[in-house]
Amino acid sequence: MNENETKEYWRWKEYNWKNPDIPDWRGSLVTAGVDVGSTSSQAVIMVDGELYAFSNMRTGSDSPSSAIDAINWAMEGTGLTLDDIRFTVGTGYGRVNVPFANKAVTEIACHARGANFMYGPTVRTLLDMGGQDCKAIHCDERGKVTSFLMNDKCAAGTGRGMEVFANLLAVPIEEVGAMSLSVEEEPAPVSSTCVVFAKTEATGLLRAGWSKEKVLAAYCSAMASRVVSLLERNGMEKDFAITGGIAKNPGVVQRIERILGVEALKPIYDTQIAGALGGALFAKALFAKAGKDKPALQGKMAGR
Amino acid sequence: MKMIANHGYKDGSGEYYISLDTDKCSLCEEHGCLDGCPGQVFEIEFDDWDEEVATVRAGARNKLKQICAACKPVSGRPLRLPCQIACVSDAIKHSW
Ligand code: SF4
Ligand code: SF4
Repeated sequence: MNENETKEYWRWKEYNWKNPDIPDWRGSLVTAGVDVGSTSSQAVIMVDGELYAFSNMRTGSDSPSSAIDAINWAMEGTGLTLDDIRFTVGTGYGRVNVPFANKAVTEIACHARGANFMYGPTVRTLLDMGGQDCKAIHCDERGKVTSFLMNDKCAAGTGRGMEVFANLLAVPIEEVGAMSLSVEEEPAPVSSTCVVFAKTEATGLLRAGWSKEKVLAAYCSAMASRVVSLLERNGMEKDFAITGGIAKNPGVVQRIERILGVEALKPIYDTQIAGALGGALFAKALFAKAGKDKPALQGKMAGR
Repeated sequence: MKMIANHGYKDGSGEYYISLDTDKCSLCEEHGCLDGCPGQVFEIEFDDWDEEVATVRAGARNKLKQICAACKPVSGRPLRLPCQIACVSDAIKHSW
């Protein structure tokens, strides 16, 4: 087996972060959001509504342990324990399986709220390009969702689709976007909308002598066209922002901007944490609303 | 404020989305969509504000074209679909 066969090109950077500007959380309100997605999980901890710490990692074999791993990694080096977190919201695909959460909130609501924090209150249209689905979301100036549209069909246009391509072409996933932009002339998008067929098509193009750059350009272009159709269907209103892992891929982002003729707001935070960040903001608001402490609220989780 | 949820997909043959005006659902007590749809497309869930709203069942979201075909004959399609008749609040729209 050669090195290319064993190397995991799809593997993106997993890490945790702590805000150096908040020296201590003691005496403050600590809330958390945990986003357990189909491919990645994030935990965000906020102190009095300020971003304090987060983790971003691959989802493990089951949702409860992924949620626990994510929050433990976010708490690493902070001195926090779960008991210090006054309210936790679970979100994402595995939101009902976050064992320590006080409430589950949909990822659509959390992404909109998170984007409002990340990009500011001018965001009206949000594209969340997640691991296994893609959502076009409209929100108001408070980050409240006014409409959404979800692509429920297949993995094309998603992080998982991009991972499959990175492995197929033996290109590290972080380099896919830049490489796809290095082509002199933009090729036609791959025609298939299904990731399985797109893979077959890409293999055929490589055999026909296309460079990796050209195949990646054709795939990024197909992905961009596909998600733009979601945005067009749900209505496009400025300001526009993108969250999720694919927001880190300039090859897709720039092509979306080109097709729409609209520039996406530039992120200053990791775009993958938007859902968990929104969850932590919901947690703060829900804690204030309930005016009670965690044990009294745990009953609310039943059946959610 | 209105909240419209669109569930469905686009494929090579067209766009298949069901739109639900979930603000209307939160005021609905009958939940007529549940029994009024022969394809069992809808279910009721709690939204993020603890209101009961209709949604498209996860297992139906990527099969709407096939499931709804029985209600949408090529010729003689009724003006209003069974789900739309069952929903007295007029919360359901189909894109196709
Ligand atoms: S009957 Fe109509 S308004 Fe009532 S829950 Fe169903 S879709 Fe919503
Ligand atoms: S057309 Fe309406 S009633 Fe018929 S299967 Fe589809 S959703 Fe149900």
